[in-house]
Amino acid sequence: MLTAVGSLAMLGVTFGTLLGIASRYLRVDENPLEAELEALLPGSQCGQCGFAGCKQAASALAAGQAKPTLCPPGGRALAAALAERLGVSVDLSDTEELEPEVAFVNEDICIGCMRCLQDCSSDALVGGPKQIHTVITDICHGCGKCAKVCPTEAIEMRPVPITLANWHWHKPDPRQYMN
Amino acid sequence: MKLFRIRGGVHPEYRKELASEKAIVAMPLPRLLRVPLQQHVGAPAEPVVAIGDTVGKGQLIARAQGAVSAPVHAPTSGAVVDIANLTAPHPSGLPQRTIVIESDGRDAWAELPPPIEDPLSASPREIARRVGECGIVGLGGATFPAAVKLDLRSRHELDILVMNGAECEPYLTCDDRLMRERAPEIIDGVRIMAHALGVDRVIIAIESNKPQALESMTRAAAGVANLSVIGIPTRYPMGSERHLVQALTGRETPARQLTADIGVVVHNVGTAHAVHQAVRYGRPLISRVVTVSGHGVCEPGNVEVPLGTMVSELIAFRGGLTEEAPRLLTGGPMMGQPLPSLDVPVIKGTSGILALTKEETRIQPAQACIRCGSCVSACPVGLVPVDMVALVRKDNLDEAAAAGVMDCISCGSCAYICPAHIPLVQYFNYAKGRLNAIQRDEQKRDRVKRLVEARAARMAKLAEAKRAAMAARKAAAAPPKPDPDSPPAAAQ
Repeated sequence: MLTAVGSLAMLGVTFGTLLGIASRYLRVDENPLEAELEALLPGSQCGQCGFAGCKQAASALAAGQAKPTLCPPGGRALAAALAERLGVSVDLSDTEELEPEVAFVNEDICIGCMRCLQDCSSDALVGGPKQIHTVITDICHGCGKCAKVCPTEAIEMRPVPITLANWHWHKPDPRQYMN
Repeated sequence: MKLFRIRGGVHPEYRKELASEKAIVAMPLPRLLRVPLQQHVGAPAEPVVAIGDTVGKGQLIARAQGAVSAPVHAPTSGAVVDIANLTAPHPSGLPQRTIVIESDGRDAWAELPPPIEDPLSASPREIARRVGECGIVGLGGATFPAAVKLDLRSRHELDILVMNGAECEPYLTCDDRLMRERAPEIIDGVRIMAHALGVDRVIIAIESNKPQALESMTRAAAGVANLSVIGIPTRYPMGSERHLVQALTGRETPARQLTADIGVVVHNVGTAHAVHQAVRYGRPLISRVVTVSGHGVCEPGNVEVPLGTMVSELIAFRGGLTEEAPRLLTGGPMMGQPLPSLDVPVIKGTSGILALTKEETRIQPAQACIRCGSCVSACPVGLVPVDMVALVRKDNLDEAAAAGVMDCISCGSCAYICPAHIPLVQYFNYAKGRLNAIQRDEQKRDRVKRLVEARAARMAKLAEAKRAAMAARKAAAAPPKPDPDSPPAAAQ
């Protein structure tokens, strides 16, 4: 009896010490989970989740302080991927699939103040001082920060225009297909 | 010649007799021609004319942009009256940049590039360049720029050129008529293309339901070395290039690869005719033969139409429609696309304009799948439509992709054969479109991510430079220090 208790206690002490030493010398500064989550996030630093950027959002997610549904541009697919990585279940039914939007500059009222340029994280806005600005829609990720800082409300967010290049067939009407 | 079996396929009612005995007639010149800038796969052409310019027939009006693109030429002489966004001949009905030319009625040629003397000894580059300059694209319907496919020698080991005269779509007879009426020109074009590609064998494949075309092509090809005209079994989709190559050579094209990867190039017979025109006369592609057919049109037939002619005018030329609202298609009934309206132009890829009545389309409401497996045996690429459709209906697109939906060639055999009338191919077209959109989104996201990182790095550098400049200024403004070697921060 004593031997059993003694040996188990010894084992406990030894492994405890080993683990203590390991946690000190093999410490990983950054949570690897955070890096993994950050890689999943879009990386456009749009701030729509309420955090300063994707890195901060990833650490909040890893700490369990944010829901996997936090990223509006990522939509349902990202929420599902995050939930799977975190090993939590998530209710996707109320995650709205946001219609992708891009910024549009109303050239009649743009005064060329360059404020939007400073806020665009992907350099999608171009223009010079007192020159009308414009948006490169191919690289605009639709965060809407520029629309918020525009002093003349010349920028509005519009759905991504449907062209011959991105149009595709809609799903056949399910009512046509009875089960 | 030994032929090989292809898997799947269907035998639809061909209904080619509606137009097959009607000789090609020329369309009278319309007053206005609306020439879209994108009539091909690839980047749209860029206009080189302005509103008000006068143009001659065959003059370049929009140049190609990028490696895969095709220029556009004026179909007749006249004036450019508008460059506007007009409805495209596309099921979406979305607008497309279009040059509008008002004909002056003279139909006078502009100065054309000189004919290539003795093209069979000209350099392959020169032929490919001429074909590219003349705006020739694959006229079978895929509209891939032909010059790109004639210049494959540099990247692929090629040994066979297959000329596709299968025309396996029901109703369509434009290639059939072209082969019956202009066989010598086609053979000349084929020889030029074979020379450009440097292949040692040419096979012209024609479905056996076109005996007259087979005969006239055989006659025109008599005495040409290494060229054979072959009758192939009539089965849809024999005209799909992968299936044609497999039937003729026994070589199967791997998924997501090209026939060029297995040494075979496939061109349409109509393309060969256009190549003949371009090389021998310097004439660009400004007209094409279009089959106008279906019981919804009064006089079905084959018409040589200047590109840019409105479909409404073409139908009026064939006596108009027999009923109020037939189903309008561009292309054949199996793979053709519905037209948004009659007010769209004929373009390089318009092989047919069909007006189908209710009795012809026989559209019926879908019923429950009885899991009979007809679609599985009909699928020419060996997919399992019955399983894929269940996944697509639930929007389970990742699994549908794993089941091979992206390998679907949209031939429509499954939907044709389905006894429950389930719109199978429509579901697959939707799935392919969605999957492509998702892929485009991912590419955009990666690009944005790179740009965001680049901007962050640039901003950090700028801030660093600013700090350094500030420190330098402060150091300069500060009174001279006893020790010039001390760092600027120490000066404070």
